[in-house]
Amino acid sequence: MERKVRILIAKPGLDGHDRGAKVIARGFRDAGFEVIYTGLHQTPEQIVAAAIQEDVDGIGLSILSGAHDYIFPQVIQLLKEKGANDIVVFGGGIIPEEDIPSLKACGVKAIFVPGTSIEEAIKWVRENIKPRR
Amino acid sequence: MFKEDQLKKVGEEKKRWVNDLSKLLSETPERLPRFTTVSDLEIKGLYTPEDIKDLDYARDIGFPGIYPFTRGVQPSMYRGRLWTMRMFSGLGGPEETNQRFHYLLNHGETGLSIAFHYPTLMGYDSDSPMARGEIGKCGVAVDTLKDMEILFEGIPLDKVTTSMTINPPASILLAMYIVVAEKQGVSKREIGGTIQNDMLKEFIAQKTFMLPPKPSLRIIVDTIEYCTKEVPRWNTISISGYHIREAGSTAVQELAFTLADGIAYVEAAMERGLDVDEFAPRLSFFFDSHIDFFEEIAKFRAARRIWAKVMRERFMAKKPRSWMLRFHTQTAGCSLTAQQPFNNVVRTAYEALAAVLGGTQSLHTNSLDETYAIPTEEAVTIALRTQQILAEETGVANTIDPLAGSYFVEALTNEMEEKAWEYIRKIDDMGGMLKAIERGYPQMEIAEAAYRYQRQIDSREKVIVGVNKYVTDHPPITIWRMRPEIEERQLNRLQEVRRTRNHARVKDCLEQIRKASLTNENLMPHIINAVREYATIQEICDVWREVFGRYTDPGYF
Repeated sequence: MERKVRILIAKPGLDGHDRGAKVIARGFRDAGFEVIYTGLHQTPEQIVAAAIQEDVDGIGLSILSGAHDYIFPQVIQLLKEKGANDIVVFGGGIIPEEDIPSLKACGVKAIFVPGTSIEEAIKWVRENIKPRR
Repeated sequence: MFKEDQLKKVGEEKKRWVNDLSKLLSETPERLPRFTTVSDLEIKGLYTPEDIKDLDYARDIGFPGIYPFTRGVQPSMYRGRLWTMRMFSGLGGPEETNQRFHYLLNHGETGLSIAFHYPTLMGYDSDSPMARGEIGKCGVAVDTLKDMEILFEGIPLDKVTTSMTINPPASILLAMYIVVAEKQGVSKREIGGTIQNDMLKEFIAQKTFMLPPKPSLRIIVDTIEYCTKEVPRWNTISISGYHIREAGSTAVQELAFTLADGIAYVEAAMERGLDVDEFAPRLSFFFDSHIDFFEEIAKFRAARRIWAKVMRERFMAKKPRSWMLRFHTQTAGCSLTAQQPFNNVVRTAYEALAAVLGGTQSLHTNSLDETYAIPTEEAVTIALRTQQILAEETGVANTIDPLAGSYFVEALTNEMEEKAWEYIRKIDDMGGMLKAIERGYPQMEIAEAAYRYQRQIDSREKVIVGVNKYVTDHPPITIWRMRPEIEERQLNRLQEVRRTRNHARVKDCLEQIRKASLTNENLMPHIINAVREYATIQEICDVWREVFGRYTDPGYF
């Protein structure tokens, strides 16, 4: 039997807005994914270390403070350095639409903006993230 | 409120109406199986005198300015003075924010409110590795007194009151404000304003925490004690439901958890030996005004009545001012949508109306673009004008508490109160709010409510226009962007301050803070000395992190 998809939901930076992260973590868990939630105030280094240690298939970053243009590329860069760039990175939060193309160009697979339903996010994970082994 | 025979007649008439109605409904049923508030509280189709038959006007509703203050805390309410229009502002560096302050004051704003960037909120300097990517993004960067001096350039602190949304380092920002005033020649006895300084709701909801709950509470009580004696016009704490609500709570949870936090602060200050009537008049509150119009109005009215009872009956306060729940309101950020953003102007206007009908003392109205970024000047002007139209054109400020006596509003006010007491009793049974937080109780209740609400949106049981109904494309709007040179300027200024200050004196001041932290000595005088010497926020917070340890997120979901 194929193992369940494992997702790390992460809250990087100093941003304390965790409503969305918790709702999505719970929605993913109810959808049958294995979910690990980092809790708040994680550095990119901590997030990447947790992702590798927990052997996850995807990382969902939630950020509402405006620091996405620094934090997302940093996480992607660190994953590359650790040879773990097969972990799919996606994210959500207060992210202006015009910032999305550059985030995608650096390797973020999807950005979910306010108004996304839990089901849409679940569907996207099912279609785009497979257990790595 | 009604005579026995009147009620009897109402009951008989109601039976007839219900009969007629059920005939009608068998042919054309109601639109929905359940009619509920945004908090999922079920609402009946009709309210009559029967729903408020036990209400006693003098005891439960009364008069404005008189216990239990259901109708408002001031005898003349807005006929005497309008609410303070206080727009939460902070963007980039102190220069940009100072300019925004002047702009708003020139456009009729009547009080200031500072939004700090995340590093300041969390007790880090702009050059800390923790500040990477965050400088000036979510508010104004303040590292030292120098930044506060720039922030208030040209703003006389004896003429304006200032609210600061700041929590773990609240005492430090208050100290800086005191010193800025002092440099303007204004005594600390004359300045007026508020520090949020409410750590309990940080653990519960907003999550800008630094130290564990106990030392956090100790520093709060230090500020209460100091201000009670030295800064008599300062609101020492703004006990906040706003963030609890924004984190996804229901209206009842917002009400109950906020007042339970208030109870915990009063207990902590009394344990210190302070006289309740000395400090209670300077406690203030802060609520959300969400989109469900009547539920919010009922919440505000119930809040005043519960707090009055808590202060008089539980804490035996004697002064009427100690019984009064004075509050600031912000319209609900979480009700705004990124889709069709101009609709947010309408949402905010309804929410502002609810806040005013609920008797708020001051109000922030959100801007239409806040689901994207910090508001532009144009957007914030519409938000301010929304309040001015409400105050000057609509006539809603002409009479006090105009919805009193409405069968529905009074019944809902009672229901909010009863349900809030249930929570408060439950928290008391757990041993108080500090214990409840340690158990993760309010955190889990909120997470549960937030999840339920999201499911209701996803299933379209709850409609959000432009998101799950009436969905259309909309053209992008222009949003505020931080210029990269602001970050560089902030870092340069911090370096410059560090280079030119008196190192020995800073070191000595920090040592004094360390010593006082280890004992029961009040920290405030030492913090004021330190900021006067341009000690940075992080330098002071690092002392505390070392002495008291850090709090980390248990990550409940």
